Formats: sequence, structure tokens, C-alpha cells
Amino acid sequence: MLILTCPNCGIACDETELTPGGVAHLERSGPGASDAEFEDYLFMRSNPKGVHFERWRHSSGCGKWFHAARDTATMQVFATYSAQVTGPTAEVLTAIRAKYPDYTLPEGLKEARP
Amino acid sequence: MRRYSAFAIAKEALRHNTGWQKAWRSPAPRKKYDVVIVGAGGHGLATAYHLGKNHGITNVAVVEKGWLGGGNTGRNTTIIRSNYLQDPSAAIYEKARSLYETMSQDLNYNVMFSPRGVIMLAQTHHEVRGYQRTAHANALQGVDTRWISPAEVKKLVPIINLDGPRYPVLGGLWQARGGTARHDAVAWGYARACSAMGMDIIQQCEVTGIDSAEGKVTGVQTTKGQIACDKLAMVVAGNSGLLAEMAGFRLPLETVPLQALVSEPIKPCMDVVVMANTVHGYMSQSDKGEMVIGGGTDGHNGYTQRGSFHHVEETVRALVETFPMISRLKMLRQWGGNVDVTGDRSPILSKTPLGNCFINCGWGTGGFKAIPGSGWAMAELVAKGEPGPLTAEFGLNRFREGRFIDESVAAGVAH
Repeated sequence: MLILTCPNCGIACDETELTPGGVAHLERSGPGASDAEFEDYLFMRSNPKGVHFERWRHSSGCGKWFHAARDTATMQVFATYSAQVTGPTAEVLTAIRAKYPDYTLPEGLKEARP
Repeated sequence: MRRYSAFAIAKEALRHNTGWQKAWRSPAPRKKYDVVIVGAGGHGLATAYHLGKNHGITNVAVVEKGWLGGGNTGRNTTIIRSNYLQDPSAAIYEKARSLYETMSQDLNYNVMFSPRGVIMLAQTHHEVRGYQRTAHANALQGVDTRWISPAEVKKLVPIINLDGPRYPVLGGLWQARGGTARHDAVAWGYARACSAMGMDIIQQCEVTGIDSAEGKVTGVQTTKGQIACDKLAMVVAGNSGLLAEMAGFRLPLETVPLQALVSEPIKPCMDVVVMANTVHGYMSQSDKGEMVIGGGTDGHNGYTQRGSFHHVEETVRALVETFPMISRLKMLRQWGGNVDVTGDRSPILSKTPLGNCFINCGWGTGGFKAIPGSGWAMAELVAKGEPGPLTAEFGLNRFREGRFIDESVAAGVAH
């Protein structure tokens, strides 16, 4: 079973304690955006086989949201981190590069500002 | 191709079965084809078959990174039905269901199509209203279904418990012409028929890149070298996103594991297919006597072909309440497949931003039932270069234009 550590309360949670919230760090399109931008935001997905950043909610625990970096092919969890960032943090990228030394962020995704 | 027949069996019996041929050839790839199809699963092979049969295009290669039918075609619970709410879905799934009826004769290969009937149980009042609406829609679409009472459900499925405390059976949507087929045989039968038409089926050949010039596809790079083509069809289910990335575009779908399991074989106890969408439990009995059970998808992306254990638990827990006699059955095998799920839970059969490159994907958790109809429609799209009546509504542009074929609302679940 997938086990993620909630960075808010520090508990290592079984998957059954959590609710998946989909891909992380999507840039929201606002009023005035074009149809193509809305399509991108609402439907288009990178769907990687490998490193994936996603949102989770500790729904049967502290109730708070957080982010996780996970490998969709091997189920390895690289890190869980705060929901209050717009991209993966330097520590998360370090954890990913320990496994994939050449890893670079996909287009459109930026490292969180320190 | 030597035809399979009672006469052939008798003849081979007399000469110790020395005259059988391999069902399909395994040639090395040629330099160039008119059409290259990526993915030798049911949908890819059906596309190839109908390109040859309906459109006379036989200079075709089907390339497959693994083995033939080894992806979702060999991993599903083999349910065939067409009781969908939306008109475009009902049209393509009903086309598929009707082609299944004559598939064994068309392919000269026994796919063991068994039109035993499919019940979709209504276990909440929301579902009662939903399925009654679907039954009315099906009547208008020419799909033969009807709403049945709990008593009729009990008559069709004597082992069912109508009065479960959590999931009572309030009725069902009955499609008598639905059923099951042997999933491997569907892939094998198509492969044999395609090979007999002169098409090349190339297994163990992974696509690693897509060549293009002036905005049009010119070929594919594979682990067995470059293969040039005039047209390219991508039919790779869970791996669609990866192939699309090679071609330089993104798709409105995500890949999630979906799992199934089978029990030890028991004596015949249920001769219809029962689907319980509220609890994500789907059950039928195979010819060997195993209870074949399908579950729900994982909530998170994955390419593991496994699925989370707790989904098995949830499915089995609900099915045990609905079918108390299975409570002490031992489960023999459990497996998963990577399904590609779109935003509206409907498939994509479409032209792509890359010229002469077509895609068939997004069948999500219900692709097997659609194989022949999908192949028929996809072949028309590839041959003519423009969508036909079955594919017109399933284009990629529907997400930008807001013309969804929203089956997720119709069923309340992915399916």
C-alpha cells in the first residue's frame, strides 16, 4: 500500500487515510484567458511515466492538503512537501536527482522560490 | 491462410496434426508501409483488419512493444454491452456489439462470444433514475435494453441478495444481447486475419520516436530500426500520453491502474454478467467456472499495471454483501492494466496536430467491448483522413469547444 508522510502533522499515512487531488502546480487560467488556455488548464495533462507531482489531502487525519513527488512507474515516493508552494522545492529536486541524476523539470513547471 | 473447420480438424486428425500452420507470420519490418499502426492490442488489430476489409488498404504494419494482446486486451473482464446514455457513445458501442455477434464467422476464429445478458444493478435511488433514463435513451437509439424490477433481477441471478443493508438491489438495466467473449481470441483472431491479408504484425518492436517533415508524419523510429509510413495510427491505451509527447502534442487524459481478479473455479452458478457500478464491482462466471471480478481504478496516476490493494478489498466487500455465497471463495489471481481516462470519460478517435497522424485512445475502463466498432471507425478515419459518422463527435477539439460526451455523469463512475 502507498504510504505518504503528511508534512502538516508528520504522520505516515496509509493510502486509505488520504484523498488524491490530482496533478499539482497547475497554473490557473483566469477571466480573459483564451479557449486554448482554459483547455490546457482544465483538461490537458502531462501524464508522465516517472516523476509526477501531485496534490493529496490528509482527509481522514488532519484534513490538510499537501504535495507529493512520486514515481508513477515504480511507486517510489521521493518527498512530500507543503501545499503552499507553486513548484517543487530544492530539497524535493535533490531527492529526485538522487535516483535520476539528469532529471529536469518539465516545461511550464518551475522550482519553488526559497 | 488455411481455414479452420470441422473438415480441417478431421483431416488433421488423420495425419497426426502435422498440417497446422502458425496463426500469423512474424516478419521483419519492411522499409515502408502505407499505414503503420502502433499497438497490437484489440483496437490496433481491429483498425488494421477493417483498413484491409473495408478500405482495401493492406500495406499495413502493426508494431507492438510487448506481445500481441498483452496489454489491456488481455487484462479486462471481457464484458460486452452498449447501454450508454449519450447518442455518440451508443452508436459506436452498439456498432461494436453487433460486430461481435458475427466476429467468429467473419474472422474464421472462435472468439467465444457469449450473449448471456448484462445487468447493471441500481443500488441507490440516484441510479434508479439514471438507469431508467438510460433505458428510455436506448429505446430512442435503437439499443435493446429495458428496466427490470428486483424480482426480475432475482429470477435472472438466483444467488443475489436483494436486501443488503448497505447496497439493496432496487432494480436493474438489462441488456439481453450483451455478454462476454474470449479476450485473447479476439486479438489472435484479428492478428490471423490481418496476417492473411498480407499485413505485417511486428512484436517486440517498441516505438522510440516519431519522424515528421513539414508538419506531417513520415515514419517511426523503433527498436527494430526506422519504418517509414504515409499515415500513422496510435492505438496504445495507457501509453498514449508518452507517444503523443514523442509526436509533440499533449492529450486530455491521465493513466491510472484498473484491476481485476478471478476466483477458484466452481460449478455454474451465474449465467449472466452483473455490474454494480456504485461499488465498482463487476462479476461474471467464466467457462472454466472462475468468478471473474472487476474493480475500480486507483485515484492517482500510475503505470504499474498493479493497482492499490484497498480497491480489491472495497470491491470484494461490497460483492460479498450482494452475493453472500462467494464469501468463502478463494481468489486465484489478481492483476491490473493501465487505462487512459479522459475528462469526460469518453474515448478520443481523432486527427492530431501532426498531419497524417491519427489517435485512438481514452477508452478508459471500458475498451474491450468497443474493439470491433472502434476498429471499424478508426479505419475509416485513417483511410479517408477525415472523421466519419461514428468518429465525428469523438475529436480532440471537443475539450476546447465544450462539446463533451459526458458518460461520467451518466454512470456516476468511470466505466
